[in-house]
Amino acid sequence: MKKYILDLKVRSNRRLNRNHNLLELGCINPLPPMVPGQFAEVRVDGSQTTYLRRPFSIHRVDRAANTMHLLIKSVGDGTRKLADLEAGDSVNIMLPLGSGFTLTRNARVLLVGGGCGVAPLYYLADHLFRQGNKVDILIGGRSADDILMADDYRAFGTVYIATEDGTLGEKGMVTGHSVLKNKELSYDMIYCCGPDGMMRAVAGIAEAHGIECEVSLENTMACGIGVCLCCVVETHEGNQCVCTQGPVFNSKQLKGWTAEVETGCSLDQ
Amino acid sequence: MASLEVNIHNLKLKNPVLTASGTFGYGEEYDDFIDVNALGGIIVKATTPEHREGNPYPRMAETPMGMLNAVGLQNKGVDYFVEHIYPRLLKYSNYVIANVSGSTVEGYVEVAEKINRLDHIQAIELNISCPNVKEGGMAFGTSCPSATAVTRAVREVYDKTLIVKLSPNVTRIEDIALAVEEAGADAISLINTLLGMAINAETRRPVLSTVTGGLSGPAVKPVALRMVWQVAKAVKVPVIGIGGITTAADAIEFMLAGASAIQVGTANFIDPQASVKILAGIEEYLYRHNISDVRELTGGLVL
Ligand SMILES: Cc1cc2nc3c(=O)[nH]c(=O)nc-3n(C[C@H](O)[C@H](O)[C@H](O)COP(=O)(O)OP(=O)(O)OC[C@H]3O[C@@H](n4cnc5c(N)ncnc54)[C@H](O)[C@@H]3O)c2cc1C
Ligand SMILES: Cc1cc2nc3c(=O)[nH]c(=O)nc-3n(C[C@H](O)[C@H](O)[C@H](O)COP(=O)(O)O)c2cc1C
Ligand code: FES
Repeated sequence: MKKYILDLKVRSNRRLNRNHNLLELGCINPLPPMVPGQFAEVRVDGSQTTYLRRPFSIHRVDRAANTMHLLIKSVGDGTRKLADLEAGDSVNIMLPLGSGFTLTRNARVLLVGGGCGVAPLYYLADHLFRQGNKVDILIGGRSADDILMADDYRAFGTVYIATEDGTLGEKGMVTGHSVLKNKELSYDMIYCCGPDGMMRAVAGIAEAHGIECEVSLENTMACGIGVCLCCVVETHEGNQCVCTQGPVFNSKQLKGWTAEVETGCSLDQ
Repeated sequence: MASLEVNIHNLKLKNPVLTASGTFGYGEEYDDFIDVNALGGIIVKATTPEHREGNPYPRMAETPMGMLNAVGLQNKGVDYFVEHIYPRLLKYSNYVIANVSGSTVEGYVEVAEKINRLDHIQAIELNISCPNVKEGGMAFGTSCPSATAVTRAVREVYDKTLIVKLSPNVTRIEDIALAVEEAGADAISLINTLLGMAINAETRRPVLSTVTGGLSGPAVKPVALRMVWQVAKAVKVPVIGIGGITTAADAIEFMLAGASAIQVGTANFIDPQASVKILAGIEEYLYRHNISDVRELTGGLVL
């Protein structure tokens, strides 16, 4: 897919909770084609400590409004600077980058997201729903406050929630939710984004039930376009760039991602 | 319009802006963003005798105005390069320069010999910053005898333009420059990355899997500029300046220090259009200073 560098305008920047923002971006010309699972590299202006661009998943694309959204968790100087953007500010962005999820049609699929890992799942759920899939969505977090925009997902399918402190949905980790504990777990595909340990655990469960599982990795990046070779992940075909050959991988491609880690994990990593 | 053409030995570059090895892939990664042919040339990713998987992840640490990398020369080896990558480079009408690496003198020679046969590649850049396996892992480029040995051996099998790229991790860079000039280098490029390190205080662990890595970006510019100045004074062959070049002013500073051409490296990551913007900025500078030939800048430092 052709890649672009654009100066987009901030349409809105909504604070969702203490450390998450929903950044809405638009421009006069139609936004370029992009698919669920792809990401963008954002230049962070005016931050003393942020030299490289920052990668973010494409969270939503609204073709009618000609806008796109990024869901940003503030973890450092770069993301905090982006959280401070105001409507009318300009954002230099490279997109669309990477390859997307395998998009099924008329299938039964489960989307699993933990923490900020839900970012790419909205666009994915939207797309899968339109393609006639029956979509189940399982979202996990530490407490109710971490479960972002669960209501928005209900437009696309059934939403299940797990919180570690039990303030919303089932108490416990995502990987311990009854949806995944089901002995007869049967989906055509499981899509998963979140902390590494959570994705490994979900991939393990999927594998144990013979279900294909795609995960979205977040390795640190310098270029985002396959030239620096800094973002590699070990696959059975050797090192591959997460920025071009991913960020979405079938868990079976990844070295060391086997069913032995079916124990679950904390989002607190 | 001022003349932008510069000569590096037998190469007649249409302008002095090149892109640095390892930061510009094989050019094609930038086709969506710029007209790669507008540049004087491109130096493609390092090629070694054998396929190399490189170092384990993590390979990158961001630093104040720069980054450390520990890629470890990941590439598919020279035979794959000749068979699969070279044909894709034919679409570029400007100079495509191969970056040659190895861990033994024989390894460098093997790669240089195989690339010598490729018509569309008129020059190689010898990356002598690689560890010399036989001499206990010390980089070829950090001692005069080993820099001489590898340059001389490659010179014997390579008959087009031979550029030798120097490592800055030495005490007296002029000595290495003179040694490789004496051994047959047609041009010298510098600098490669500066050895550095990053630690995560929270975890007490190194950030890079290899503990140390190569620093690049604006952080290294003053060091690179000083080294280009020292080398350009010492040698007769043309010098290509590299290190943190991000703007046209940076590029012009390197030329004033004695460089005949420059390479844009890490800046490509932050702005894939950096190289062509630098070129446009150089033209604007020449116009503003009423300079008719870009070559006037080389060594134009007023002391
Ligand atoms: C393909 C991809 C998609 C991503 N999508 C999103 C998204 O949709 N929303 C979102 O909020 N974040 C996303 N991230 C992570 C995001 O890029 C980082 O959180 C961001 O770069 C941190 O920048 P900073 O300057 O705020 O933090 P820094 O100051 O650079 O780092 C602060 C802390 O965050 C950690 N950190 C930095 N980069 C990463 C990373 N890549 N992964 C995990 N931890 C990191 C550091 O180790 C450090 O402890 C994505 C990353 C990738 C590679
Ligand atoms: C990710 C990365 C990979 C690199 N790979 C190579 C390489 O394969 N061969 C080489 O000679 N130099 C390599 N370099 C060094 C650059 O070509 C250049 O000399 C150095 O980065 C300094 O210039 P800069 O500050 O403009 O980036 C690499 C640099 C980076 C950042
Ligand atoms: S981030 Fe540079 S190759 Fe992936």
